[in-house]
Amino acid sequence: MQKNWWKILSFLLLIYTVVGGFLMEVPHLFILNETIRNLYFHVCMWFGMMILFGTSFVYSIKYLRGFSLRNDIFAHQFAAVGSFFGILGYATGTIWANYTWVTDQSQSLGSILKEPKLIGAAIALLIYGAYFVLRGSFTDMDKKARVSAVYNIFAFAMLFPSIWIIPRLVGSLHPGAPGSDSGNPALNFKDVDSRLRMVFYPAIIGWTLLGVWIATLKIRLQLIKDKSLINE
Amino acid sequence: MNKRFSFLVFRFLFLAFGILINLVAFGQNKPDMADLMRSNGKIYVVVAVCLTILIGLFVYVFLLDRKISRFEKGKD
Repeated sequence: MQKNWWKILSFLLLIYTVVGGFLMEVPHLFILNETIRNLYFHVCMWFGMMILFGTSFVYSIKYLRGFSLRNDIFAHQFAAVGSFFGILGYATGTIWANYTWVTDQSQSLGSILKEPKLIGAAIALLIYGAYFVLRGSFTDMDKKARVSAVYNIFAFAMLFPSIWIIPRLVGSLHPGAPGSDSGNPALNFKDVDSRLRMVFYPAIIGWTLLGVWIATLKIRLQLIKDKSLINE
Repeated sequence: MNKRFSFLVFRFLFLAFGILINLVAFGQNKPDMADLMRSNGKIYVVVAVCLTILIGLFVYVFLLDRKISRFEKGKD
């Protein structure tokens, strides 16, 4: 039970996120208006995804160092929950963009489909989608683990250009592009109001810990299933 | 002479008042926020609904966690 303090922390932080996220004061901005509160939900999905993919990447390297199937299971399940967070981030982003870009700024659908941030995120998620396809196509356990671990390292490396670099080099409606205040929109202290940060950072930790919790459940289930295969 | 002077003062005050009104009116050109939802307390309904979903989700994950723990103990 002593090892479970972070699950309680996740619960408390997310309760705080919902209560503080809806009730606390936020900066009054044009176009965004009250939707700035989506920062505590939409953006946190992407942060959670990045951290989970990073964890998956570390376990893939650990697998390649010792070829323990246990690490392969860890890498697989962290990537699975990370992708799920990414899909949630994408879905929430479409809703947000619909009201702030289409309705209020009267952008055409064509200009939104050209959004570099959206294309980059789609590429990143599709690369991870290919990771699961690749895993599924092997019948040999060790070969599956080895090839997919190498592919997972590539997939993580592709996150850098597709979601962190290219969208910040070209003009975009999304915050963080050169047209707006450049740099990382979420971590720039001049850009994100201190009132937002009060809830935003706890929210990132809370959502990420929830993702880790779900991932550990999937890992433990998989470990029970593959017990005969893992000799440790 | 005096009457004429007071008329000028009146005109000046009227102009100043007009400018002031204009400034106040410009000052109110702020972004729309959901102030009505806050003033009539309906925002608490949203918070209650979201909290219910969140707590339900956590209860579900907690029960799954306990079930898997039982499996792990049973197999050892």
